[in-house]
Amino acid sequence: MTALAATRAVARAAGGGFARGRVRSIVAMLAIASGVALGYAVELVNRSAVNELVSGLAVLAGVSDLEVSGPGAGFDESVYPRLARDPEVAVASPVLEVNATVAGHDAPLTIYGIGILRAAAITPALIPTLDRRDDALRGDTLFPSPSAKRWLGVDAGDRVQVDTAAGAIELRVAGTAGDATGIGAARPRYAIMDIAAVQRDFNRLGRISRVDLRLREGADRATVAHRLQRWLPAGVVASSPAVARGASAEASRAYRVNLDVLALVALVTGGMLVFATQTLSLARRRQSLALLATLGLARRRLVALVVAESAFLGIAGSIVGLGLGYVVAGIALRHFGPDLGGGYFRDDVATLQFDPLAALGMALLGVAAAIAGGLAPALEAASASPAGALRASDPDARWGRGEQRWRRNTAAALCAVAAVAAAALPPIGGLPIAGYASIALLLAGAIVAIPSITHAAVSLLPVPSRIAARLAVMHLRAVPGRTAVSLAAMVTSVALMASMAIMVASFRDSFETWLAVMLPADLYVRASPPETGALTGAAQQRMLALHGVARIEFSRSTKILLDPGKPPIALLARDIDPRDPAARLAIIGPTVDPATGPPPAWVSEVLADERGLAVGGVLELPLAGTNVPFKIAGVWRDYARPQGAVVIERKRFAALTGDRSVNEAALWLDRDADPDSIRRTVAAALPGTARTTTISAGDLRRRSLAVFDRTFAVTYALEAAAVAIGLVALSASFAAQTIARRREFGMLRHLGVTRRQLARMLAIEGAAAGAIGTAAGLGVGAAISVVLIEVVNRQSFHWSIDFALPWRGLALLAAALVALSALTGWASSRGATRDEAVRAVRDDW
Amino acid sequence: MIELAAVSKSYDGAAPRRLFERLSVTFAAGEYVAVVGASGIGKSTLLNLIAGLERADAGSIHVDGVDVARCDDDALTALRRTRIGFVFQAFHILPWLTVAANVGLPLALLGRDGAAAKRRVDTMLDAVGLGERGASEPAELSGGELQRVAIARALVHRPKIVLADEPTGNLDPANARQVIELLRASIRREGATGVLATHSFAAARSADRALRLTASGFEPVVFAKGDAAAAGVAERESIE
Repeated sequence: MTALAATRAVARAAGGGFARGRVRSIVAMLAIASGVALGYAVELVNRSAVNELVSGLAVLAGVSDLEVSGPGAGFDESVYPRLARDPEVAVASPVLEVNATVAGHDAPLTIYGIGILRAAAITPALIPTLDRRDDALRGDTLFPSPSAKRWLGVDAGDRVQVDTAAGAIELRVAGTAGDATGIGAARPRYAIMDIAAVQRDFNRLGRISRVDLRLREGADRATVAHRLQRWLPAGVVASSPAVARGASAEASRAYRVNLDVLALVALVTGGMLVFATQTLSLARRRQSLALLATLGLARRRLVALVVAESAFLGIAGSIVGLGLGYVVAGIALRHFGPDLGGGYFRDDVATLQFDPLAALGMALLGVAAAIAGGLAPALEAASASPAGALRASDPDARWGRGEQRWRRNTAAALCAVAAVAAAALPPIGGLPIAGYASIALLLAGAIVAIPSITHAAVSLLPVPSRIAARLAVMHLRAVPGRTAVSLAAMVTSVALMASMAIMVASFRDSFETWLAVMLPADLYVRASPPETGALTGAAQQRMLALHGVARIEFSRSTKILLDPGKPPIALLARDIDPRDPAARLAIIGPTVDPATGPPPAWVSEVLADERGLAVGGVLELPLAGTNVPFKIAGVWRDYARPQGAVVIERKRFAALTGDRSVNEAALWLDRDADPDSIRRTVAAALPGTARTTTISAGDLRRRSLAVFDRTFAVTYALEAAAVAIGLVALSASFAAQTIARRREFGMLRHLGVTRRQLARMLAIEGAAAGAIGTAAGLGVGAAISVVLIEVVNRQSFHWSIDFALPWRGLALLAAALVALSALTGWASSRGATRDEAVRAVRDDW
Repeated sequence: MIELAAVSKSYDGAAPRRLFERLSVTFAAGEYVAVVGASGIGKSTLLNLIAGLERADAGSIHVDGVDVARCDDDALTALRRTRIGFVFQAFHILPWLTVAANVGLPLALLGRDGAAAKRRVDTMLDAVGLGERGASEPAELSGGELQRVAIARALVHRPKIVLADEPTGNLDPANARQVIELLRASIRREGATGVLATHSFAAARSADRALRLTASGFEPVVFAKGDAAAAGVAERESIE
């Protein structure tokens, strides 16, 4: 007999889990598959999105060695000739980037204004094919990228209407950007124009937003960047394009990691299902295994046998999961976009890219989860005394003993203490690794403590007089360990779901409160596109003269670069009363007297958290090429600008920069004014200027909340998946228990217990188990939600959230789970009342 | 009283098997009868038919005046609950109930769980010699003790009929002898009709009469002199 044949024979004798528990094994395999599928899908979408973003940026950056970039409003073009004359610079190519509104499209189109001769040497992807040589120098031509052409639905020779500062202009499509070199310019979506035309048409005369540099051979990038930085105006930085690409990808990293972790929740739950399946399968095979041990089966071989079974489940689940994940990723990409609704990537043009390494990683995780799920029961089975196992009439009897209860309780307490300690640790590499560890410890502690929790809970149950309820309660009391095994997956999934629900509800609650503070006016007029659009002084005067408008506050928002390695932050110049900033900003914490010292600035929580800024400190802001010191007068909560934002007084901004244009106006209307008629009046009052959007505060709130809900749609889907797996785990456990207890049910039927009484008994056991699992899950979930809100969220996104308990929703969910658990128990009674179960009393095995 | 008239029973499946063909027998009230026969001949099936756990293909079965064939599942369940007690080879004591709770289970199923029921449980435990073990868990008891618990449970609700399927099959000779005596004495004391399916010579010997079940029906078993002496040393030998 070969070793393989011998192993097969032993596995058969051990009552191999697959043959006897086919349905249970398939369910466990599918749970692993769904975990792998979710994890792989999220990972694929994330990778596709980031690869798309980074490769897009790489195409646009071309072969530049350095990139000199400035604030959103651009910087003075006089920087360019000085750079071009630098002895270590071989070629300098100026770029002016604007976002333009194209007729018939809501999303803006990014237009790069370039000097074609210079750009050809650095950014060939920007160079268009030319039908006529002078087209590139004309002011009325546009060269969309292939992606932009598809989006616009235009071809060479067509005309595109674009909104500019002076009104709408028509541009002729004179070629395709990127086609001259064929450098994979299929993405991203952009268009090329002559730089002088962009400066003129978009009111940016004398401004540029970037200069791409190629250095002479032998020049060191870092040295040159450092030397240039010494004379560059404040807010203009020289950096490697790779740094800019990294910063762009970095912006969404925490969000992506959070999604990854959330997806892995399903995998953990799947592992728990393998645990439940193997535990019950081993309990059922206890006597077979004991017999084999008596006949000389080594303990380690038994462990290897069970682990191999689990690994097989993991491998099968991973293979199915990878295929499923690829399909899910494709669907998610189409329906939610490359950031799964997170709002980090504007262009929805990412395509799915198969990643073998990610596939292998997820498959290994799936197998590891399955093996981890099977290892504990395998070790416990191997440690059982064969004599005792052979003798016991009930394979689960020893679960009720709890001789290791104190050890379990100690382990659970240690997990809780370690979880608290981990929650206090700072982020690692900008990620809340310790926060995730804290959550894992809380879950581990809960799983370890479930038998004790179950024992304590069932001890509190009164013993009813009706026989079905009485038998159910007495059974639960006698074997809490058996119930605990069923509950492990359920507690895990309910805890994770409840924690996410509490976190999202808290976030939504805080978000609504924040919207109420940040949107105090009745109507908002916004120039579009953002950055480029502006309401001129004349437009402001016309608005102020409108009948029915009681008051207007203007604001100017732009982007400034504080750090070359980080994305730009938002600078908001607002009409704000320095003595009462809380009237317009969601101020948190103390404020300082703005009357003394440098002018006041109010920084967002994100900015304060990322840079360690404190109220009373000084922050230098690059304005008009100079670093201007501001006193940090307060910190405010901001959910709209994840890169950070700072608010200063508009009059001070205008005085420092000479820029009096605004791009947003908040209108307070007279009491009897009709918002709709005012909205029309505003549109009529601003003819010939850049396009504006007028929206009521109510609509803005509704739209913001809709975006919020879309962002968390994926979260809800993952939560639902986790709960579904948890319930499947519970029902699989119940079905397995029914099989394991069939002699018990058979005996009860002999004694005169009716089918209905048995069904009722199992339904009550299900309801009680479900209630205990739900209550424990909710408790642990509440603890995890605190870690999510105070640690993971804070370290990932740097903004605070007020804890809010969605008790109505949780109560409804708890009731539904208990009802479903009762239904699961009742459904499993079908197996208990079959004739085979009645005859099972004759079986010795 | 139990009456079987022209009862037939066969099993379908890959290898169809006919057990009885027009089997008739009567077990009088208060009678204690042993049924012996080869393995697979249908002894346990006979008990299941009497208890209404399986249906006969033909013929009629009356248990304490109740026509089993005319009963639905609920009625059969009620019949077992009120009028029948069971003793199994593998004891089937619920490991998660105490000894007393196991014995009291039939009373609880009848809705009797007051002081009287407790007294009855104590009486039965005393009768089987386990008066001090009521609070014990089944795992603490030996096989012989577990079967005594099963006997107490089978009789606690004063059934008219006790069906025992190989009650000594899992016991050593000394314990088997004790259990047989206890079963016989308990059935007699409670005035029940007892049907004992067994391979045990001594068990069969202890009955009022013994019947051998064969493919063609029942045959009476006559014990010769000297068998009693043999029973002591060959407790578990087949009497076939």
